[in-house]
Amino acid sequence: MAEQVYFEDVAEGMELPAEVREPTTRQLVQYAGASGDFYEIHYDKDFAQSTGLSGVIIHGALKNAMLGSFVTRWAGPEGILRRLTCQYRGMDYPDEAITAKGLVSRVYQEGEQNLVDCTIWLENPEGQQTTPGTATVALPSRND
Amino acid sequence: MSTRAFTLTDAMRQQAIGVESEPVYLDIEKGHVARFAEAIGDDNPAYTDGTAWAGGIVAPPTFLRAIREVRPVVPFEVPFTRLLDGGSDWEYFEPVRVGDTISAIGRIENMVERTGSIGQMLISTVKITYRNQSGNAVATQTSTSIRY
Repeated sequence: MAEQVYFEDVAEGMELPAEVREPTTRQLVQYAGASGDFYEIHYDKDFAQSTGLSGVIIHGALKNAMLGSFVTRWAGPEGILRRLTCQYRGMDYPDEAITAKGLVSRVYQEGEQNLVDCTIWLENPEGQQTTPGTATVALPSRND
Repeated sequence: MSTRAFTLTDAMRQQAIGVESEPVYLDIEKGHVARFAEAIGDDNPAYTDGTAWAGGIVAPPTFLRAIREVRPVVPFEVPFTRLLDGGSDWEYFEPVRVGDTISAIGRIENMVERTGSIGQMLISTVKITYRNQSGNAVATQTSTSIRY
């Protein structure tokens, strides 16, 4: 079980522990099946190249899911995801290392909730942010 | 590069904004949630083990993407055939649980015309509201798509 992060332990500027993933074409096929997104640019190399791409590319929605996993893992079992945004700025390819990174941008209370805003992104092997985004999570307090 | 003439007039824009899709429904099934969690590489027990999470198994945050074809019909001819997904903005209100039936309705929030490196583009913003069988909104997803 993942450790729990508490509201009191979080400060603006803090880094979320980076995660490296290397999706395979097999994972893209799994994602196509599980999500129902069967657009051929994600598993048929000839088709992908016929559209001008260098090869198959990772589903934007899978990158969105990876960012969701990254931030919910950090928020722990008692953390609640309130908002998740991302923009697809660049293509990502299978069998390349993709790193999820994040920074705490704001720590605040709203009503009864202890909220934390994060800037999150996926980075390709060249260090470019292909998929920037944000997340808001509600965290438990040590005083609860 | 596209040379097709297309002009999004203010009247067309106003006609499109507010158009809603038909509802699309999905029953949230245990095996489907487990398969989705495996596909995204997330081993969080909340997605597979009902005892790990109060109230039973929940779905991962972007699982609702599995509800396909939630597409409001654009009320005019669009001469572009290629489509790019620009990104998503999710807001979450209640967990989605195995056993729920979720409905999805998309609404056109905005449309703008732009010219960029890929030529002329029509950028649409669609907000999908997902509700459970009790009628409560569980999440909204605002997506940007680019036709060119």
